Amino acid sequence: MLSKKNKEILLGPLSKNNPVIVQILGICSALAVTAKLEPALVMAVSVTAVVAFANVIISLLRNTIPNSIRIIVQLVVVAALVIIVDQVLKAYMYQVSKQLSVFVGLIITNCILMGRLEAFALSHKPWESFLDGVGNGVGYGIILVIVAFFRELLGSGTLFGYQVIPQQMYDWGYQNNGLMILPPMALITVACIIWVHRSRNKDLQQ
Amino acid sequence: MENLNLFVKSIFIDNMIFAYFLGMCSYLAVSKNVKTAFGLGIAVTFVLAITLPVNYLLETYVLKAGALKWLGPEYAQLDLSFLSLIMFIAIIASMVQLVEMFVEKYSPSLYASLGIFLPLIAVNCAILGGSLFMQQRNFPSVTSATVYGIGSGLGWLLAIVCLAAIREKLSYSNIPAPLRGIGITFIITGLMGIAFMSFLGIKL
Repeated sequence: MLSKKNKEILLGPLSKNNPVIVQILGICSALAVTAKLEPALVMAVSVTAVVAFANVIISLLRNTIPNSIRIIVQLVVVAALVIIVDQVLKAYMYQVSKQLSVFVGLIITNCILMGRLEAFALSHKPWESFLDGVGNGVGYGIILVIVAFFRELLGSGTLFGYQVIPQQMYDWGYQNNGLMILPPMALITVACIIWVHRSRNKDLQQ
Repeated sequence: MENLNLFVKSIFIDNMIFAYFLGMCSYLAVSKNVKTAFGLGIAVTFVLAITLPVNYLLETYVLKAGALKWLGPEYAQLDLSFLSLIMFIAIIASMVQLVEMFVEKYSPSLYASLGIFLPLIAVNCAILGGSLFMQQRNFPSVTSATVYGIGSGLGWLLAIVCLAAIREKLSYSNIPAPLRGIGITFIITGLMGIAFMSFLGIKL
């Protein structure tokens, strides 16, 4: 089930081969939904589910898809899965789905999906593709959660909507940093993550 | 007047890159020099200007709740909006294909410069994002949808050309090793985003 090679496939994308900070894929949604932890977590779970199942489906079909129309086939498979996710979110988590707005739909054009389908699922067996999808989804999710953690903590003083910075701090003159909520700070937070990650992994430096 | 306002707003305030991070992947990958960045920007603007009106018509006359009324009263309660994602992406993929064939036939020189980028655009989030925002904002007419498409395309073009110009200069500067390449690009984009925030509140 989990041979050494499969373990590598599953765990590689968590750090050394992370889709967001090393392969630079799927940045759009990684930045846009991270003002709060809750939508970031929901987004991470949705993307993981879609990548894993799209990988399995494309991997099962890989010998029957004509090469010239493979992009369209991939788009249709992914779009169908995203519609399912979108409808589920609308049915069970309406508030979060409102906050995510168009970004659920934009999972279709998330480069992680196309990247993994093209680079992995088209040439590997279903079980390996599934592990690769889960690995990349979780790798993406980790970055999302880290960014959202700092942005929500410094920007609103809350985590998952609960106040964590005590009232006393505010009485002593502490202020929430409103800039963290604004879009540009997401980019700078990711840049800091890249900085730390690359200082620890010298071989990734250019 | 309203359309002019929408146009300026979609270029500077609701900028695809700085406000919504759409199309970041190609924005980061293709911004190494100004010439190719400009080519991709033109292609994105072009495709946005074509797909938005088409998707607008599709949304208004087929997908929206009750949009099929023109077929007869028995179709009036149909709501096909759950299909919008798959329809939009299908329209975008086929429009990109069409544009590619059209450009190849009538303007080989433009094709030679845009050629490699056109297939990439089908999976550029800025294009699908444009259509989804159009759906969310309920534009009153097909003209305003087109204006929005052209405006947000030009905003994207502006952003990628600026970044490419900065990155060309940047190759001569001494950056801390871990930040070289992608790290510094993120920081620059962030700073550009802060600069663009000063346009906030402009109204014509």
